[in-house]
Amino acid sequence: MDKFTTLTAIAAPLNIDNIDTDKIIPARFLKTIKRTGLGKSVFADMRYNADGSDKADFVLNQEPYRKAQILVAGDNFGCGSSREHAPWALLDFGIRCIIAPSFADIFFNNSFKNGILPIALPEEICAKLREDAAMGGNARLTVDLERQMVVRPNGEEIPFQVDPFRKHCLLGGLDDIGLTLEHAAAIDSYESKIPAWTPKIQGA
Amino acid sequence: MPRTLFDKIWDAHVVDRLEDGTCVLYIDRHLVHEVTSPQAFEGLRMAGRKVRRVENTIAVVDHNVPTSAERLTEVNEPESALQIATLEQNVKDFGVTYFPMSDVRQGIVHVIGPEQGISLPGMTIVCGDSHTSTHGAMGALAFGIGTSEVEHVLATQTLLQKPAKNMLIRVDGKLPEGCSGKDIMLAVIGKIGTGGGTGYVMEFAGEAIRALDMAGRLSMCNMSIEGGARAGLVAPDEVTFEYIKGRPFAPKGADFDAAVAYWKTLPSDEGAHYDKIVELRAEDIIPQVTWGTSPETVIPVTGSVPNPADEPDAAKRAQMERMLSYMGLEAGQKIQGTKIDVVFIGSCTNSRIEDLRSAAAVAKGRKVAQGVRVLVVPGSGLVKQQAEEEGLAKIFTEAGFEWREAGCSMCLGMNPDKLTPGQRCASTSNRNFEGRQGPGGRTHLLSPAMAAAAAVTGVITDVRELI
Repeated sequence: MDKFTTLTAIAAPLNIDNIDTDKIIPARFLKTIKRTGLGKSVFADMRYNADGSDKADFVLNQEPYRKAQILVAGDNFGCGSSREHAPWALLDFGIRCIIAPSFADIFFNNSFKNGILPIALPEEICAKLREDAAMGGNARLTVDLERQMVVRPNGEEIPFQVDPFRKHCLLGGLDDIGLTLEHAAAIDSYESKIPAWTPKIQGA
Repeated sequence: MPRTLFDKIWDAHVVDRLEDGTCVLYIDRHLVHEVTSPQAFEGLRMAGRKVRRVENTIAVVDHNVPTSAERLTEVNEPESALQIATLEQNVKDFGVTYFPMSDVRQGIVHVIGPEQGISLPGMTIVCGDSHTSTHGAMGALAFGIGTSEVEHVLATQTLLQKPAKNMLIRVDGKLPEGCSGKDIMLAVIGKIGTGGGTGYVMEFAGEAIRALDMAGRLSMCNMSIEGGARAGLVAPDEVTFEYIKGRPFAPKGADFDAAVAYWKTLPSDEGAHYDKIVELRAEDIIPQVTWGTSPETVIPVTGSVPNPADEPDAAKRAQMERMLSYMGLEAGQKIQGTKIDVVFIGSCTNSRIEDLRSAAAVAKGRKVAQGVRVLVVPGSGLVKQQAEEEGLAKIFTEAGFEWREAGCSMCLGMNPDKLTPGQRCASTSNRNFEGRQGPGGRTHLLSPAMAAAAAVTGVITDVRELI
């Protein structure tokens, strides 16, 4: 996983509530055994016409947002399915940070595992950031994870919350399986106390 | 201090605690399917890791499999075939128990877990699928995870998690005839909204929940995620114990008695704290149907499609207008009488034997309406077998419904069962998102009995008029 420290980038405004993971990456694109290559299919039904041509009114089809690395979205972003293909597709497109009033739990969690920082901020602030984003390439946002600040183009700093453990993993680009295995002795000890009546799935 | 059912299961599974309160949480059951696991097994291979506890792990194919009678011999879509072949190689290499398409026990992962006695009260259960919440009906803490976490569980048998908040959904009173667990749950989602449960685990309690059979409870917990909650829960009781007894992977004899003694300690204590309480009266519930492209856009079948002009918030109004345009509906129109093209009876929400019985009770002696295609897709090979033994399959085929093999089918447009653009479907599944059942498809969520009523009339119909 790539580290996330500070990002200064073009932000795309996407003011729609309840963007579900089927919208982010429709199910027909899940038939892959890889994590990469999904960027061209991100938001496919919102982004392309039936003949495969671009829908001109979709924000990520417009300049400079084709190079956006930040999304400023609506409420309950990422609801629906647990498919990690959603953050994989966003990452493959180039998105490293999503700012929204709220996120669905599983998507929120999946994002951190892939070096994407989801930031929940009140709707009034998201509305301001969407206005900044609407100004295009001359109005980049900066996201400073170490200081937990979003910096607007006018210099205003907006603090945000992030779970300390997740921050630690993102800053270091750390694989959390390795971190968990530091608790191997505790896992062994837990397993030795599992009640004897607990059935095993085997011998099927 | 009095604890909730969630608190008790959580506390019993904490292996270790990090400084910031993140817990290393032990996972008792890991269900694996073909779509969200290939990258996880690949990760294990690259790191030289093995599956820590194969005896806690079960794999099945469901999302991509065709549901046609010829599926064992016909050629599947190449990408689906590759995902299935990849799972088959992975279970072989890592020694995981697996139900292939040719096994009568194959079926939708959230149907076979309870059916096989794999999903038991008090357990932590995960799967790379958001509808893992289903298994909460057993009195287990069950939630969906992404592929990175699938790999994490395969490697460590644990997850790094922080506890959720507790929400109580209490439904008292008696559910009217023609209504099911599905209708209660759609009404709950209509009340709290699709983000209403975010950050919570939902516990369903009250007289109407106690009165539900396991299928009804499984349908409700299944759709907890549609209300934003990663997990739903129902306290285990005699209905649960009776359901589990004798199932293949359930404890037997003295072990079963020991298990029941433990399971009886799990229900929430008197005075336990809930962060949020939502109450509904069961007798107020009318069969429900969705009109829009979010599960919260639900109305009673006797109701009308809302008018965006009545919505003061501009962004919400624009979203309603978009939904109406996508769904091909007019503001203010009665939902009853809306013509449908396809009926889908199946999915991890509603493909159990009880669901099929309730659909068959409506279909019996009737015929499919002209021009309507009806798919009935049992949740597992064993459900299919039982439905055939009970004569339900005959009722369906005599009514002109298609009787198919087990799988996720038309719930999610990942296998050959899909809507075509503009087709309108009365569906017992769980999501009515744009394109969910196939690009351009229009989904109305409802119960199995309501779906059968739509099938025989060709329009959205109040099932109470047919029973």
